[in-house]
Amino acid sequence: MHISEGVLSAPVLISGAILAAGGTAIGLKQLDYEKIARVGILSSAFFIAALIHVNIGPSSVHLVLNGLIGLMLGWSVFPAILTALVLQALFFQFGGITTLGINTFNLALPPLLCYFMFRKLLWRRKHVGLAAAFLCGFLSVFLSAILVGASLIFTEKNFWETASILVAANFPVMVIDGIITGFCVGFIQKVHPSLLPGYNP
Amino acid sequence: MDAEPFASGRSWVHRVDARLRIIAALVYSVILAVSNEFATLMPGLIISVLLTLMARLDAIAVSKRLLTILGFIALIWVMLPLTYNGDSYIQLGPLAISAEGVGLSARISLKTMAISMSFMALIATMSTATLGHALSRLGVSQRLVILLLMTYRYLFVLENEYHRLRRAARVRGFKPGTDLHTYRTYAYLVGMLFIRAAQRAERVYQAMRCRGFKGRFFTIADFPASPNNFMFSLLMAIFAAGLILMEFNW
Repeated sequence: MHISEGVLSAPVLISGAILAAGGTAIGLKQLDYEKIARVGILSSAFFIAALIHVNIGPSSVHLVLNGLIGLMLGWSVFPAILTALVLQALFFQFGGITTLGINTFNLALPPLLCYFMFRKLLWRRKHVGLAAAFLCGFLSVFLSAILVGASLIFTEKNFWETASILVAANFPVMVIDGIITGFCVGFIQKVHPSLLPGYNP
Repeated sequence: MDAEPFASGRSWVHRVDARLRIIAALVYSVILAVSNEFATLMPGLIISVLLTLMARLDAIAVSKRLLTILGFIALIWVMLPLTYNGDSYIQLGPLAISAEGVGLSARISLKTMAISMSFMALIATMSTATLGHALSRLGVSQRLVILLLMTYRYLFVLENEYHRLRRAARVRGFKPGTDLHTYRTYAYLVGMLFIRAAQRAERVYQAMRCRGFKGRFFTIADFPASPNNFMFSLLMAIFAAGLILMEFNW
């Protein structure tokens, strides 16, 4: 879910860059050297996981999983997603220099919000935890799509229809990401619970 | 993952100081991104094509990468001409095509292609390791550089890990479909990938501590001065100035 280079207007690109720089600065500040190996290697895992294609009927979508990585990283999600986007630009030409800021912001803010909303709920009774994890995955992709749409509309109000189609087309991705995040959090809670926030043994 | 097809070329662009190329790519793509005149964007595309030729990039690889961006551009071409609320329309059978919508789509396509090709010619021509070292020399946060190099370093390790898990699932008869079982399997696979990543991180951090890691990553890469650097800076400055003049209608 990136916006390619050359689409957005200067004000949108600049605001995106400033907001992303702020988020990244806070994320880096909290990223002491004890955590840097962990965040780096989890970012690699996030990069690989986001390449997985999942079938829906005859077609397939690829996962985003920004909600899942957000739960594991908190504020560090900003530098992690920034890094992933730099590598995607280098390897696949998705996004580039001028859109790096706004794309980072669009993909990193929703998981950060979900992190604060759901981290406590994860450890409630079984179904509450499952629902919280599902919502975390679903809302992260949903809000990212909304932010992408908003970036388009702030660029040019005639993008309204294009932006609506973009959000609607991403609906299956939101649901799949929600389901995968739900099951995945349940699995991690059983196998390696200290990866998730709010775990006290 | 054929990650860095352009990084190993031997053109003179490849030999230009990586820091200069980063700065040039930044300035050049910002100029294009904020331009709106066809008189700027057309020459911009020509310059970008010229840059990819000077870097002697494989034309097929460049087109393949451009194709991946075209999905979004295609959506814009389908939507904008039909939904733009402008003044002038061209009647095409039952469809009213907005002239402004077509103009905007054309401008976006030109910009996208020009900026992306300059990125391929200037940035994708260095390895990720060089990019990290150059960014560090340019004063980018040490932590961010370490994070970038670390992520890059373990990307391929975790890709192998992913293929291993995938193979294990296939051996047990897993066939992906559209059902809850498939999604649950993928979820556990992703979960395992993250858990192994975390466990690996633990070992890596211990190894780093053993080697005396104190938050500095020493880069002995040096960027020697060469006449190429001067030529490159001059050329890019002329291109940039030319584009700015075009944008202001001189």
